[in-house]
Amino acid sequence: MLTDLHKHLLNDFQRDFPLVERPYLEIANRLGVSEDEVLSALAELCDSQLISRVGPIIPPNQIGASMLVAMAVPETELQRVADIISHYPEVNHNYERENRFNLWFVALASTAEHLAKVLDAIERETGYQTQRLPLINDFFIDLGFRLDLTHA
Amino acid sequence: MLDARDFELLTEIQSGLPISPRPYHDIGLALGMSEAEVIERLAVLKQTGLIKRLGVIVKHRALGYRANAMIVWNIPDALVETLGDRISRSSFVTLCYQRPRTSEWPYNLYCMIHGKDRDTVLAQLEQLSVNCGLQAFDREILFSRRCFKQRGALYLPVAPAQSAEYSHG
Repeated sequence: MLTDLHKHLLNDFQRDFPLVERPYLEIANRLGVSEDEVLSALAELCDSQLISRVGPIIPPNQIGASMLVAMAVPETELQRVADIISHYPEVNHNYERENRFNLWFVALASTAEHLAKVLDAIERETGYQTQRLPLINDFFIDLGFRLDLTHA
Repeated sequence: MLDARDFELLTEIQSGLPISPRPYHDIGLALGMSEAEVIERLAVLKQTGLIKRLGVIVKHRALGYRANAMIVWNIPDALVETLGDRISRSSFVTLCYQRPRTSEWPYNLYCMIHGKDRDTVLAQLEQLSVNCGLQAFDREILFSRRCFKQRGALYLPVAPAQSAEYSHG
């Protein structure tokens, strides 16, 4: 069960996190609670895996190379192939989707050369081809995710 | 425009700010940077767009958003920018990208709609389709099923380029 404090932290601070010496104190002041309460509540949200972090969203290809990759894998092979892919530290998302191309993952590396090597290795290891779909144009400024938490 | 110190700073904070009273001070200690310099550099990185946003990064699946669709369209190249801009103005679209077609995958425009149930997402998609004039274009809707792995974007340090020893994995 989420408290009101949890809900405010989830929805109101997805962007413009305060750039001041004591940002959690500033948040606490805005919400009328103590700094300790904010720190504990954020730690709880992390521990319960409802937030991944308090941190930055860095656009693709700014400090490294990034690639969306699609693969078409027979259903019976999917878990095995997905496990191989997830094992790579360069892979950060890996999802099954409803399509002939049923496995979609994002891989990141510090250089395009290293990224290509990783994807070549994944093709060799799994025996399936990759569709490499790099970003051409990012139309959307990601301002966060407005959550409906009325029943949370 | 991104100097070596900025790069170190982004690498240090990409997995998250410390949840401690003075997070920028703690980051500075790890990098040999003053608290003021950390704050100043982060402000500039935000202004220049190298940080898209800084804040609480939620896990939408864990919060009940489980009907998550990636929608892909095959849009004529001459129209893709106009339609991409139009799609991204819709309040329920969370991401919108142009990507290259391949010989096996003819789609070039991608967007995501995250929702709590499939019917709502499909209704939003139809509304989007009408509002943006997308009905004429081939599309596919790819709802997510299993999540095999999900974590924040971690760009691995530049050196060493060999595998295995990365601490972020």
